[in-house]
Amino acid sequence: MMEDLHDLYQDLILDHNRRPRNKRLVIDADRKAEGYNPLCGDRVTVYVKVDGDRVVDVAFEGSGCAISTASASLMTESVKGKTLTEAKSLFRRFHGLITGEAEESRDGPGLGKLEVFSGVCKFPARVKCATLAWHTVNAALNDERDPVKTE
Amino acid sequence: MTSAVSQSTRKSPPATGRLDVRRIREDFPILDTKVNGRPLVYLDNAATAQKPRIVLEAMDRYYREQNANVHRGVHHLSVVATKAYEDARLRVQRFIGAECPQEIVFVRSATEAINLVAQSYGRPRLRAGDEIVISAMEHHSNIVPWQMLCGQTGAILRVAPIDDAGELMLDGYEALLGPRTRLVSLCYVSNALGTINPVGEAMELAHARGIPVMLDGAQAAPHLRLDVRALDCEFLAITGHKLFGPTGIGVLYGKRSLLEAMEPYQGGGDMIKSVTFEKTEYNDLPHKFEAGTPNIAGTIGLAAAIDYVERIGLEAVAAYEDGLLRRATEVLSAIPQVRIIGTARHKAAVVSFVVDCAHAHDVGTVLDLEGIAVRTGHHCAQPVMDRFGVPATARASMAFYNTMEEIDALADGVRKVVKMFG
Ligand SMILES: Cc1ncc(COP(=O)(O)O)c(C=O)c1O
Repeated sequence: MMEDLHDLYQDLILDHNRRPRNKRLVIDADRKAEGYNPLCGDRVTVYVKVDGDRVVDVAFEGSGCAISTASASLMTESVKGKTLTEAKSLFRRFHGLITGEAEESRDGPGLGKLEVFSGVCKFPARVKCATLAWHTVNAALNDERDPVKTE
Repeated sequence: MTSAVSQSTRKSPPATGRLDVRRIREDFPILDTKVNGRPLVYLDNAATAQKPRIVLEAMDRYYREQNANVHRGVHHLSVVATKAYEDARLRVQRFIGAECPQEIVFVRSATEAINLVAQSYGRPRLRAGDEIVISAMEHHSNIVPWQMLCGQTGAILRVAPIDDAGELMLDGYEALLGPRTRLVSLCYVSNALGTINPVGEAMELAHARGIPVMLDGAQAAPHLRLDVRALDCEFLAITGHKLFGPTGIGVLYGKRSLLEAMEPYQGGGDMIKSVTFEKTEYNDLPHKFEAGTPNIAGTIGLAAAIDYVERIGLEAVAAYEDGLLRRATEVLSAIPQVRIIGTARHKAAVVSFVVDCAHAHDVGTVLDLEGIAVRTGHHCAQPVMDRFGVPATARASMAFYNTMEEIDALADGVRKVVKMFG
């Protein structure tokens, strides 16, 4: 039982929950999107700065559970420095990992640190927590104006 | 267990001995379930309660031996089914002390009961500028139907305040009752906070001004005796699944004179006396409000659940659950990182809480892995969460089949949460 618990709440996740990286307002963001999980009330705002087709800064604000906070934090670390195309591909592969439909990830490069979320697919009730920040950054990258809902 | 907790539990009185909880648990097959290899600890009764065997059997028997449509055949089974359906109505009538079966309308849920009153009572009567009063601790189902009604009529929704303990502020409530107030709708027991409202006083204040009152009894029915004649409410909503009955069945009680004067809620079969393309004559109460084939099995299951609860006795239930509530309050308060949301003097066996270092969802997942089912989130009461400045809470809600050991397991689980996230 405790194994399952630590499969989900791995140390890296607990660490990013306690000390989220890039959790800040970016006043001069080029793109911004809001995500909302109506089921649990989690909210996240993601800010993105792009230079040409490269993401030069990503940050987030919001409150949520450990999974959603750590996921947002790790998302910012992984997306920063990527091209727009690379970032979107990362989103798709991360989504595959979390929902247990990970075929795509076999072709592409590994997910690195993001693999700590692989335990989430065993907890269907928590999948949306892990993907909220990713759906939101994807919307920001696509410059969508409507708030993202994980429904 | 920490020493602080075992000390405080020794001080608490022993559980009232009048319920044989071990025997009662045998009546609920689902309580034997294992979750993640652990015995299920079901503390989500305010969301929906588990069903005793006699409810399951009554519904099964209906489908196996009695199934037919009601009020529409001369054949044997139709007569049997109609009798079972109407007997269920009598059962509900006696359970809540209504004057006559015409005052008992079967609906889908408490939600539908409230919508029915909003649309059939409120919509034709309310004018722009009229007011409806609810409280700040309502379930969404006692907010949204009134907002919709306000949108349709131009009426205004007024919200009576609650204090930091989660109690209705009667002064603030009274101040809202004015010449334009057309209806008050209040929960008897709050699902998110457990507060038992002073509905007697609230109703007196309304009645003194000639304002009718609807009570949302969804959370009250499993814990308190509801006597509509003593309460003197105009309308009462109950939902079957929280009362150990099936889902998909609820009850609207309404005073007969009011129901008589109301237009039907939906049109269809069963609610008519005669139909021509020129004119339709509506059926008598309560059928006027029961368009279409009803949830016959649901009413039979609900009647069986009421029989079961009556046999145990709501007074014994209340006493026993009060012991569970006190124990849960005590063991959870003994954990420094825990804050209980909703500390009213009069409470049903519901403890909503937040843990400093962990979001409610993480609390819920850790407890789930221990086999403990609690609800996490906003409990369909987002304004309550906003009032207390929390995004969500974890909520343990007890029933008479829960045990002191289960409450202690909950506290152990919460200590694990603290250890992990603290
Ligand atoms: C206080 C209260 N009112 C109304 C309802 C609605 O009940 P139902 O969903 O069965 O219609 C609930 C259910 O959670 C409740 O707790």
